Amino acid sequence: MNSSGNIPEEKNSGNNLLEVRNLKVYFDLKAKLTDNLLGKEKEQVKAVDGISLSIEKGEILSLVGESGSGKTTTGKAILQLVHSTEGEIFFEGKRVNRSDKNGMKQFRQKAQMIFQDPYQALNPREIILDIIAEPLDVNHLVQSGKERETRVVEALEQAGLTPGSDFLYRYPYELSGGQRQRVVIAGAMVMNPDFVVADEPVSMLDASIRTGILKLMMKIREERQLSYLFITHDLSLAWLISNRIAIMYLGSILELGDAEDIIKKGLHPYTKALTRIMPTPGVTGVGEKVTLPGETPSPVETIAGCKFRMRCAQAMELCSRRRPELAEISPGHFVACHLCNKIEEECCNAE
Amino acid sequence: MKLLEIKNLKTYFAISKGNLKAVDGVSFDLDYGEALGIVGESGCGKTTAALSIARLLPKEGKIKGGEILLEGRDLTGMSETELCRIRWNDVAIIFQGAMNSLNPVMCIGDQIAEAIVLHKGCRRKEALEKAERMLELVEIPGERSRNYPHEFSGGMKQRVMIAMALACSPKIIIGDEPTTALDVMVQAQILNLLAKLRREFNMGLILITHDLSILGESCDRIAVMYAGKIVETGTVKDIFERTAHPYTERLIGCFPNIHKDKRIPEGIPGVPPNLLDTKEGCRFAPRCTKKKALCESREPKTEQIGENHFVACHFALGDHGAYSSVTGGEHEQ
Repeated sequence: MNSSGNIPEEKNSGNNLLEVRNLKVYFDLKAKLTDNLLGKEKEQVKAVDGISLSIEKGEILSLVGESGSGKTTTGKAILQLVHSTEGEIFFEGKRVNRSDKNGMKQFRQKAQMIFQDPYQALNPREIILDIIAEPLDVNHLVQSGKERETRVVEALEQAGLTPGSDFLYRYPYELSGGQRQRVVIAGAMVMNPDFVVADEPVSMLDASIRTGILKLMMKIREERQLSYLFITHDLSLAWLISNRIAIMYLGSILELGDAEDIIKKGLHPYTKALTRIMPTPGVTGVGEKVTLPGETPSPVETIAGCKFRMRCAQAMELCSRRRPELAEISPGHFVACHLCNKIEEECCNAE
Repeated sequence: MKLLEIKNLKTYFAISKGNLKAVDGVSFDLDYGEALGIVGESGCGKTTAALSIARLLPKEGKIKGGEILLEGRDLTGMSETELCRIRWNDVAIIFQGAMNSLNPVMCIGDQIAEAIVLHKGCRRKEALEKAERMLELVEIPGERSRNYPHEFSGGMKQRVMIAMALACSPKIIIGDEPTTALDVMVQAQILNLLAKLRREFNMGLILITHDLSILGESCDRIAVMYAGKIVETGTVKDIFERTAHPYTERLIGCFPNIHKDKRIPEGIPGVPPNLLDTKEGCRFAPRCTKKKALCESREPKTEQIGENHFVACHFALGDHGAYSSVTGGEHEQ
C-alpha cells in the first residue's frame, strides 16, 4: 500500500481517534562477518508484519498474544518509540509517522504509555515529583514551581494516591508495587492524554491489587473519554475490560472483533486454542487440557502461507500456499483463516 | 501413613528489626499421588513454607517450631548429611524462573547428570543416559542433552527443570510458581505434563502459586495462605463452591471469570499485615468487610467444617452464612 511517494497527509477518519494501516516493524539481526563478505542479505526479525487496526474515541482495544507475538512492538511503534519500517499511522486524522518535529511533539503530548514493570519504569534516584513533572518540564507547560506541584498533586490524586502532597518528596523504593504502578499511571496522565498504550499494566501485580489499578484506568477513561490500547497476554483480562480484542500471533493479527465474540464465538483455530486453555477460577476437574503442539516458530523464519499452519490441527494444503487475509466474516468480526472463509462460502452456497 | 505431614510449622526470619514470622503455625498434609495447591498473595509465606520442607532456607530463616514428617521421619531435626540424602531423592523442588536456575555454561545433560551422580552415586555415563531418558519424558528429544540453556525456549527450560527434579524419582515434587514466567499455552503444557507425571509415578505434588485460577484444574486440594497462616484448606470443590473464609472469597473474586458477569472485581483493599509485629486477633480482620468485635480480639482456631474442609474464621459457620450457601461468591452485597 502506498509504497510510492504518494502518501496522504490527512484523511477523513470519522470516529477513529487512531488508525494504523499495514504497520510493519522489522529489526535487522546482527549479521555474521562471513555473511557480510559474501553479500548475503541481512536476516530480519519481523516483529510486526503488516497490522491494520483502528481505535475509536473512548474505546479500549486489547492486543492479546504470547510473548514474542509483537504486541509490545506494535504499541511502541504506534507511539513512535520504535521506528516503523512500513505503514501509516493516523492520529485524529493526521499522519503521525514521518511527520515533522512539531507534529510529533503535539502527538507525544496526546499519546502516552503505561509500562509493564513499575519497578523498572521509575528512576530510583528521583523523587516522585520530578518523575511525574518531567514531561511538563520538557514541554515547558508550567511556568512556576507552584503550578508544577499542583499539576503533579492533581495527577497523583487522580491515580488514587491521596493526599498527593504526601508522595511528592518520596523515592520509588518507599512505595509498594501497587503504589508504584499508580505513580506510573499518574506520570502518563499528567499530560491529559487522549490515547494511552498500556503495556501489561497489571501483570506484575498481585491479584488483589490488580483490580484497583484496572478500576482506576476505567475511571479515568470515563472522565476523559480516553482511548486505550491495552496490551496483555491474559485473555480473560482483555475480555473483562475491553470493547474489542485483537489476537496476535507472530506479528500478525489473526482475529479481531468484539470482546464477547472473540471469547465466546472465536473462529480462528488459534483463538479457539487460547480460549480452551484459559484458566478460570472454579471447579473444572483435573483433566488434561488440549494444548497446541510445539512452540511458536522464530519470527526470523519466513513462513510461506499461514503463519499458524504448523500448529494448526485443521491445516489444509491451501494454508501452506497462500496467506489468509484478515477478512470480515460478520460485521466487525475479522478473521484471517482460510477455513473460516471457506465455511462462509459454503454457507453462502447453501443459502 | 501420609506421605507428608506438616504440623504447626513456624519459620521465622531473624532480621535486624526483629523476628519476621513468615510462616506462623502452618499445618497440612499430602498423600501419595495427590496434588495440593498453596495459594496466596506475595509475602504470605508460601515460598518459605516450601523451602522449609526441603530445609533450603536462607541463613536468616530458622524453623522455630513444629514438625515436618516425611513418611513419619521428622525433617526438622535432621543433620545436613541426612538432609542431603533426602533432598532430590525424596523431595525435589522446581523453582520459579527456570531461566535463572540453570547454569548457562554447562550443557543441560551434564546438569541433570550432576544431580543424579550426586544423589544416586552412579557412574557419569549411566547418569548421562538417564538424563536423556528424563528429557524424553518431558517431551524434549534426548539428543538435545548436549545443548546449552540458551538454545532452549523458556518453556523448554522449565521442562528441563522438571526433568531434573524427576531424575532421582522423588516422592514429592514442589513447584514454586513453576509457570509464572511462562506464556499461557506453555503454562498449560507444563501443567498437563506435571499432572501426567504425577499420576504415572504416584508422586505427591505441591503447587505454589499466586494464581488461583490455575489450581482448579491442576490440583485435588487447595490451601489458602494469608500472612503466614493457612486460613482455609479443602478440596477444589470446597474452596470454589463452598467457600468459607472471607479472604478466600475475596481472592476468588479477584480473578475474572468469563462465565460470570463482566465487571471489574472488587479486589481486596488494604495491605497484608506487617509480619514483624503481629497483633492480637484474626490477621485478615483489618481488610475484612465482615469483621466483628471478636475478630480483633481473638485469633480464630482452625476448625473442621467438612470432610476435608478446614477453616480459620470465627464466623465461617455462623453469621456469614458462607458455608451454608452453595455458590460461594454470590452473597457478597
